[in-house]
Amino acid sequence: MFYAIKPALNGQDQKDTSRKKMSNSIQNNSNKVIVAENLTKKFGHFIAVDDISFEVERGEIFGFLGANGAGKTTAMRMLCGLSIPTGGKGIVAGYDIEKQTELVKKSIGYMSQKFSLYDDLKVWENIELFGGIYGMKDKEIREKTDLLMQALHFEGERNKLVGSLPLGFKQKLAFSVSIFHTPKVVFLDEPTGGVDPITRRQFWELIYDATSRGITVFVTTHYMDEAEYCNRVSIMVDGKIEALDSPRNLKKQFNATSMDDVFQQLARKSIRKAD
Amino acid sequence: MERTNNNPETAIRCDSVCKKYGKTEALKGLNFDVRRGEIFGIIGPDGAGKTTLFRILTTLILADSGTASVDGFDVVKDYKEIRKRVGYMPGRFSLYQDLTVEENLNFFATVFNTTIEENYELVKDIYQQIEPFKKRRAGKLSGGMKQKLALSCALIHKPSVLFLDEPTTGVDPVSRKEFWGMLKKLKEQGITILVSTPYMDEASLCDRIALIQNGRFLKIDTPKDIVSQYGNRLWAVQSDNMYKLLTDLRANELSENCFAFGDKHHVSVDNEQFKIDDLRQYLEQKGHTNIEIREIEPSIEDCFMQLSQR
Repeated sequence: MFYAIKPALNGQDQKDTSRKKMSNSIQNNSNKVIVAENLTKKFGHFIAVDDISFEVERGEIFGFLGANGAGKTTAMRMLCGLSIPTGGKGIVAGYDIEKQTELVKKSIGYMSQKFSLYDDLKVWENIELFGGIYGMKDKEIREKTDLLMQALHFEGERNKLVGSLPLGFKQKLAFSVSIFHTPKVVFLDEPTGGVDPITRRQFWELIYDATSRGITVFVTTHYMDEAEYCNRVSIMVDGKIEALDSPRNLKKQFNATSMDDVFQQLARKSIRKAD
Repeated sequence: MERTNNNPETAIRCDSVCKKYGKTEALKGLNFDVRRGEIFGIIGPDGAGKTTLFRILTTLILADSGTASVDGFDVVKDYKEIRKRVGYMPGRFSLYQDLTVEENLNFFATVFNTTIEENYELVKDIYQQIEPFKKRRAGKLSGGMKQKLALSCALIHKPSVLFLDEPTTGVDPVSRKEFWGMLKKLKEQGITILVSTPYMDEASLCDRIALIQNGRFLKIDTPKDIVSQYGNRLWAVQSDNMYKLLTDLRANELSENCFAFGDKHHVSVDNEQFKIDDLRQYLEQKGHTNIEIREIEPSIEDCFMQLSQR
């Protein structure tokens, strides 16, 4: 399946020209936060990601679905500048994912269920550490920490070790830390796995809040109700993107009543045995 | 060996089981029993106490207080007897990564004084799916295949009770359905299954379930009866602006609570006088368009959220 790259929307990018870094940018268009063009990754003879093309616009919540082993993690690693594509190209936050990996890493946020924060550091220490890694000034970190603690109602937890917090708490904090440096796009890899149903919903409210501030969200999940919260959803099968549209249109296209139904129809086509 | 609990119909019994880790109360007095041949689900989020409960029942850790028995044997006094009789698949993959598929299965059979051949019938359906890869090292298997191998290893000594701690966590929806299909077949062979999961939609596949949060059971019953005890009416609501809709529904004093549920919002209504048309009118006043409201049957997730807020 091929998705044509839409012509650039101009006008919005003028604001950013004062920033020197932008001169490094290949694609001077702030509306497309992710552009993948025929992106491919081979490991030996195995094609983990097979010629995928798509783009994600600023402020969008983009759901990246697929069965275990469909190639999601490999694709995500390439988009985060952690793995070099063997074919095609990708632009994330205006930077080339092959040639400008360090600039890509600086411009994104990342959070997963498995790795989020350091358990043996306090809440404020985790924030300071990650803020520092992303090059934020001490004063800015302090001010933003205060605001964040208020917004999350976490004032009482500020000096607690992260390891002592309930999981739901941790995941909300981890997400807030992943966007603390105001990245252009945040990659969330199964952020709500194992989280209780109420916290899971509060987590999505944080996601909506982030997008309202212009942060783009790229998210994977195994909860099909969460697929419905995305503006658009892509479904990978055996390394290829087999469907990409809004949840509403996908349900129409597959004559399905739920995203679970759409997913089941597509994922059952998989012939790949490996995970 | 004398059994503590002589009721042959009870496969697992827990009586006031408590467990603390330092100051954290992981289990706060759990009572339940599992009947022979049941698929019993322990359903709740991470950190609720599921794994602690499994470790106590499989005799790997001791409860601080309370008693428990498996297959009629006490988990403290008769732990050796229990270990012979149960199969346990922990949440984390715990087979030998540097042994092959076949070597792992063989090892577990030998440890339990049996052979693959002797109980092959029991694992056949599951093991056949990974048999083409039997010379491959377990560490090199895909997630789905590891899961099948772990289940085969937990079954190879023909246990009477099978403990599965979050077997489907992180597994995609298609593979999860397949896995539950396998459990149904095992149940038909008379094996009692205690299974934990954070996925509420898997509740309906169990005979009975216990909803667990913060070391306490919120409810124990059949999925059907839990749903029928929901109490409130539940409406599914849609409009063109779902984000604003959530805020407006929450501001409405007639609904007890409101949560996003995929492409709809679920509104729990405790006032009998309140009609769907009243809500429609309210939403129209708020400027919503293409409003759709339907009365629906609650899911286990609706029930869980209602119970956990009490």
